[in-house]
Amino acid sequence: MRTICFYFQVHQPFRLKPYRFFDIGDDHHYWDDFSNKSIMRKVAQKCYLPMNALLLELIHKYNGAFKVSFSMSGVFLDQMQAYAPDVLESFQKLVATGNVELLDETYGHSLVALKSKEAFKETVAKHTKKIQELFNGYTPKVFRNTELIYSDEIGAMIAELGYDATLTEGAKHILGWKSPNYMYTNSIDPNLKVLLKNFQLSDDIAFRFGNKTWADYPLTTDKFVKWISAVPQEEEVINLFMDYETFGEHQWAETGIFDFMRHLPDAVLSRTNFRFSTPSEVVANAKAVGKIHVPIPISWADEERDLTAWLGNDLQDEAFDKLYALESLVKECKDSDIKRDWVYLQTSDHFYYMCTKFFSDGDIHSYFSPYDSPYDAFINYMNVLSDFKLRLKEITTAK
Amino acid sequence: MKVLMFGWEFPPHISGGLGTACYGLVKGMVHHNQEIIFVVPKLWGDEEPMADFVNASDITIDYKEKKFKSIWKNLTYLEVSSFLVPYLGPEEYQKFTDYAIHDRTDVDESIFSSKYEFSGKYGKNLMEEVSRYAITGAQIARDRSDFDIIHAHDWLSFPAGIAAKEISGKPLVAHVHATEYDRSGDSVNKPVYDIERAGMHAADHICAVSQLTKNTIIKKYGVPAHKISVLHNAVLDASIIKSTYNKRVPEKIVTFLGRITFQKGPEYFVEAAKKVLERDPNVRFVMAGNGDLLNRMIDRVAELRMADKFHFTGFLKGDDVDHMYAISDVYVMPSVSEPFGISPLEAVRHNTPVIISKQSGVAEVLDNAIKVDFWDIDAMADATFALLHYEGISKMFKELGTEELKKLKWEHVAAKLVTVYQNILATKS
Repeated sequence: MRTICFYFQVHQPFRLKPYRFFDIGDDHHYWDDFSNKSIMRKVAQKCYLPMNALLLELIHKYNGAFKVSFSMSGVFLDQMQAYAPDVLESFQKLVATGNVELLDETYGHSLVALKSKEAFKETVAKHTKKIQELFNGYTPKVFRNTELIYSDEIGAMIAELGYDATLTEGAKHILGWKSPNYMYTNSIDPNLKVLLKNFQLSDDIAFRFGNKTWADYPLTTDKFVKWISAVPQEEEVINLFMDYETFGEHQWAETGIFDFMRHLPDAVLSRTNFRFSTPSEVVANAKAVGKIHVPIPISWADEERDLTAWLGNDLQDEAFDKLYALESLVKECKDSDIKRDWVYLQTSDHFYYMCTKFFSDGDIHSYFSPYDSPYDAFINYMNVLSDFKLRLKEITTAK
Repeated sequence: MKVLMFGWEFPPHISGGLGTACYGLVKGMVHHNQEIIFVVPKLWGDEEPMADFVNASDITIDYKEKKFKSIWKNLTYLEVSSFLVPYLGPEEYQKFTDYAIHDRTDVDESIFSSKYEFSGKYGKNLMEEVSRYAITGAQIARDRSDFDIIHAHDWLSFPAGIAAKEISGKPLVAHVHATEYDRSGDSVNKPVYDIERAGMHAADHICAVSQLTKNTIIKKYGVPAHKISVLHNAVLDASIIKSTYNKRVPEKIVTFLGRITFQKGPEYFVEAAKKVLERDPNVRFVMAGNGDLLNRMIDRVAELRMADKFHFTGFLKGDDVDHMYAISDVYVMPSVSEPFGISPLEAVRHNTPVIISKQSGVAEVLDNAIKVDFWDIDAMADATFALLHYEGISKMFKELGTEELKKLKWEHVAAKLVTVYQNILATKS
């Protein structure tokens, strides 16, 4: 059976407020509550609420033939509970249909998989627990690491936690002549299946959909169906992985993105031999064709599909190393505020804002950054981290 | 004695140190009962009425005066669309950079209107304003014949001073607060240099704010030493500032406060900080200010992996400046070239011991400070460490530094200036 597998990433970071040097040692609230709330509300109106309503409608309409999967970061779940209970309710309704799969990830949408196995396991467990709490005991079977960051070793770590499968980028430089449209296995532990993003078709929807200078503009369901029909018959699964905010937020409603999605299931089901599956169904039905070797971590970001959006320049490496230098102190500490801030400070977005790759992918970076420059982002983050460190030392030495 | 003085700005509307120095000097002159006609491109109306202020924007030019044409001829070299960086603050610098990319047009037309509205800033039409200011200076000198001597502050008003001298025949004093070499290092802006040089050579006498500046004038502008007097700056208020701010971090704080540009030597502060932190991690370094080298400094601090102990505050104003001085345990001014440099004296007023570079004019008047070569990061680190750890020396600096400050009065500077005037007038007559 040939199938399309939709996975949508749902994430919002806790953005830092402007935090000055003079605040260090004095102000211990780091989060920009106003902008976090207003962004959450804005995206709820533009994306989460209308898209959830549409998906619910489609699932009912096709009576189980249309299905999707979500991965929601813990920091998103926290903000949804605080600022958008209506969105939470609509997600709960979707999950209750049984045609929606939820994936696990790190609670803080962090890069911790690159740094510490122990801390990684801990944050994943925290996420599982949260999903169970919010979704009536639902326990995810498939894992997706932050930003689809994956390597052989990260895969082995995920396998150790008992997951059936993980998702990552179908990066050209790891695939070579191979196609992303098959299921692979981790090269260390073949029990872990690996689903690879078809970035061509995914990005046609996620990035290029509303781009009027794109040669294939406008993207219609006709065109899309033609493209997937042209995929060789023996290729089994097309993984369409993208940010959920694609719908209505990155691609505005005016681009016609909602209409495209409204008509896609019918076009696919009536005119192709493709069906829709969730990642767990793919794992159950597809045959793994072989191991995929990823010795060096890959991600779904930028042209390079590597880690350089978050790590690699001096600003990022300094902030990242100084953050994780505190890991053992945080472990000793029982303070709940410290524990919460520790999670929120690890969110990958903070490091993304410090990226200095202005010339190739700078555009998309500056679109998502609340700062004027990577330098501002760095200064603000380090000020906050300095205060966090002072608090941490105070609490741990007081004991 | 009555002095026709040309400035560029006057408190409270200032964006550089020039306005503050002019204010102090005028105040000192008033103390000695000297009459001052003080001309600025733009008056705001809320200046302290200590002088006979003339607003250049109010002056109507009478083009029947033949001499004006010849003055204009000598000024045509100002009509350059060059990239100028005088005393720009960070925001103005940005605006100016934006402007410099485009070209300027129609300079002649507005300059030769009978009236002209100056901005009085260091903005995009700076050269145009300097030219127009010169014509205005000539008109004022023709209208007011009741002055004995002309005094022009820095290159912006030198053309006005020269023009006033040509019209009136009265002697000219050129006051140098900073030279193009201080501002730009060796990559001097030629048109600005030319104006500075013309002003210095047209002047009957020159006042320099330090021996250091005097040396620059001799060496770089070819002026004979006997034509230059050193007039150090002073402080308006030497009282100790008792701050209510409390430090909220347990570590000691070492501060750099100023524009983050070549002239101020920020990179030496960064390198010295690394050396100190290697020996004592319980210190925080703060670089307060903005400038074209800011991002390079941030990169370097990250590269040295000390960003959790080295902080950047951005541009500080008002209370934040006092706050910063107040919580500092050591203040460092590593300037590569500083004609005078008033900020260490502010630090002393906050009871903060200071380290200053030998390449600063203020080093000539402040004994109770540690003086190092700007490039000597080892000495800078040693001195910082010593002031943080050896109570005796920092205590001594605090006590004696404030005593020294009391001696730096504008009345003394003004008295010296009156003598300079008298000597000029004596040799003229």
